Amino acid sequence: MNPEQSRARRVRTLVFLTVMALAMGGSVAYVADAYGDRVREVPGTDQTATGADLAAITARPHVVFRNAAAGPAEGHVAVVAIDGADGPRAITPAVCDRVYATRQNAVCLAAQTTLNARSYQVRVLNADWSTAQDLFETPGLSSRTRLSRSSAQIATTAFVYGDSYNNPGEFSTRTTITPATGGGPGLNLESFTLLVDGRVIKSADRNFWGVTFADDDNFYATAATAGKTWLVRGSVSARTLTALRDDVECPSLSPDKTRIAFKKHGDLPDGQWRLAVYDLRTGQETVLAETRSVDDQAEWLDDAHVLYGLRTGSVQHSTTDVWVTDAAGGGTPRVFIPNAWSPAVIR
Amino acid sequence: MRPGCRWGVPAPAGRHPERNARATGQPPAAVRLPLVYVSVRDRPAAAAEGPVGPTVPVRRVATTVVLLGIVSMLTDVSSEMVAAVLPLYLTAELGLGYVAYGFVDGAYQGVSALVRMLGGYASDRTGAAKWIAVVGYGVSAVSRLAMLPAQAFLAITAVVTADRLGKGLRTAPRDAMIAAASRPETLGRSFGVHRALDTLGAALGPLVAFGLLAAVPGSYDSVFVVSFAVAAVGVAVLVLFVPARRALPAARLRARGIMKELTSRRLRRPVVACALLGLVTVGDGFLYLSLQQRTDLDASLFPLLYVGTNAVYLLLAVPMGRLADRVGRGRVLIGGHVALLSVYLVAGGPVHTWTAVVVSLALLGTFYAATDGVLPAMVSPLVAPEARASGIAAAQTVVVVARFASSVAFGALWAAAGPGVGLVVFAVLLGAALPAAAWLLAGRGSGGTLDETRPAEVTA
Repeated sequence: MNPEQSRARRVRTLVFLTVMALAMGGSVAYVADAYGDRVREVPGTDQTATGADLAAITARPHVVFRNAAAGPAEGHVAVVAIDGADGPRAITPAVCDRVYATRQNAVCLAAQTTLNARSYQVRVLNADWSTAQDLFETPGLSSRTRLSRSSAQIATTAFVYGDSYNNPGEFSTRTTITPATGGGPGLNLESFTLLVDGRVIKSADRNFWGVTFADDDNFYATAATAGKTWLVRGSVSARTLTALRDDVECPSLSPDKTRIAFKKHGDLPDGQWRLAVYDLRTGQETVLAETRSVDDQAEWLDDAHVLYGLRTGSVQHSTTDVWVTDAAGGGTPRVFIPNAWSPAVIR
Repeated sequence: MRPGCRWGVPAPAGRHPERNARATGQPPAAVRLPLVYVSVRDRPAAAAEGPVGPTVPVRRVATTVVLLGIVSMLTDVSSEMVAAVLPLYLTAELGLGYVAYGFVDGAYQGVSALVRMLGGYASDRTGAAKWIAVVGYGVSAVSRLAMLPAQAFLAITAVVTADRLGKGLRTAPRDAMIAAASRPETLGRSFGVHRALDTLGAALGPLVAFGLLAAVPGSYDSVFVVSFAVAAVGVAVLVLFVPARRALPAARLRARGIMKELTSRRLRRPVVACALLGLVTVGDGFLYLSLQQRTDLDASLFPLLYVGTNAVYLLLAVPMGRLADRVGRGRVLIGGHVALLSVYLVAGGPVHTWTAVVVSLALLGTFYAATDGVLPAMVSPLVAPEARASGIAAAQTVVVVARFASSVAFGALWAAAGPGVGLVVFAVLLGAALPAAAWLLAGRGSGGTLDETRPAEVTA
């Protein structure tokens, strides 16, 4: 090797070592900084007050939700009184990614991350927030959950994904309805008969998600096939799903059971939805005043107002709040519970 | 699945006939092969680079191949880190729906095939395979940083697409460089080693990403930054250490010359064979789903099916490459498809037990090991070195497009008749396609590959 070559080699090695040092140093510094930020955040830099009395709040009409305020109680189930929703919240010991509750019970989807996969546990909580029963574990990302009003039935939706070589991005939802008393994963909606315009649809690309219960037997949900979504009415005992209307996702039945709040895709860009309300009696559809894209299963505060989760701000400095808007359209959406997600109203 | 997941360790020590040949001053076996397009100028890079002397331990594959393997490994660690957390990030952090994620991932499919061809063509036209590959790896690396400010759905779609386009762009020039740096009689092994390192990276990526998220929960930006750093080191290895074998302008082919090579009879038969086989190849997603449904496998074990297949692929990539060098690449390719046919029969057959699952995964891993790296090893000697990247790109694109068409067809069949019937139908079709493909690959006097790529005189 002549001197020129060996010099070039030394320069290359030097440059490489510099790149290595920068890459490793930069990575370590960035991660350490992120870690430091997180540790510093913990002693309550957030202004959200969390000291309310749990028993006092749950004795009155209240909202159960996932606390999204940074701090030691992030991810815990929390409650606020409906007439003091922006006031202090009470924190429960339960930790959930998604929660829904009735006066008797709560259902909690708790993520479990292992190194090669993600799954979650479907957990029933007692009135005192202790675990009544771990019903079953299912792979994927937890997405939606609902309890029937009597607390007898639990519906959950998971997103299960495979990154196939030939079918990139293929995803499927797995939606099940399970008796709250246990007995395994229950009924998969894929085993139900899907009827669209009176015809039975059997295609393999059927997907179902976002159940909302009318009673222990009847429910509404989203069905998707061949690039279209449908509002379907389902019956647990008959194992049927009947399409009522297209372009409806994540339905939510109003307390008086006359209207459905839902996500409408319309002609928006992919991945965007508007909140709308569909009147089951008149067939009339009302787009609500919220102009930002909402990807959540709405929850009715009462027969005139709808709650939904919304993330705002940049990725690094985002906040997730529960918003409220008029179910009849019009009005101005406003934050109902700051730093909150996954609301369930206990009237 | 992105196939690829086996050890990057060199194959076990053994005899090195080609080294012996060189040590004794005999001409490389390549010269004596009846391959017009393997010229002496195209000798292995190992001879031209690095210290070569009697005291230096014998390297099994060219340094360039190992370096490119390391580049791929680092890039795959980087891209699989992001791929592993992307669904979570989009849904949990950005609040995008999963339907949207499916769109993000599916968006690039058609463009990717086009870019792959473009990468091969540009590499041949400019004679600068390395720098086309650098652009491809570089785009993917930079796309990690672009993830930091991207929050809108369209921005993320753009970033993910850029990453995939980078992948499409770099594949053919990189495989052409591997071919150029390897002796023709050990091409299979070279590609095996490369794919092994590549797969190792793919296996490590998710571990690193979830490890980071476990240490700093919710810090997706940390994942993106570390992913960028790893990819940047990969690009640095490529830029600084992989020799650029820039062809002289005089040695480059014009567009017409490349087209002529691509449509040559030598290439036509193996490419038609690959298309034929691709058309009856069922996507592994479907195979796993069918296995899971028919054996009533617990859904939470589903990810283990991928892991199992990849583990077998990881173990067999190098041995299969060596086997291909010894008995003929076309034969191993056919053998891989026989393994695939067996998967159809086991997965679609009457036995629904754990054994069936394990046997299917082993066979599927064998299929990937016998085809993924063997294909470029088979194709590259059939094209003039000046059109090699285009030739490899053409063959790979044909396979990808054929498999995509097959997936659509199988999906329809599944919907109409169920997985069992679908697999039996595809088993019959593959059974019919195999003799035809074997005939196409074996065709004598037409530049066939079943025999002619067999280096009969390796043991010189």
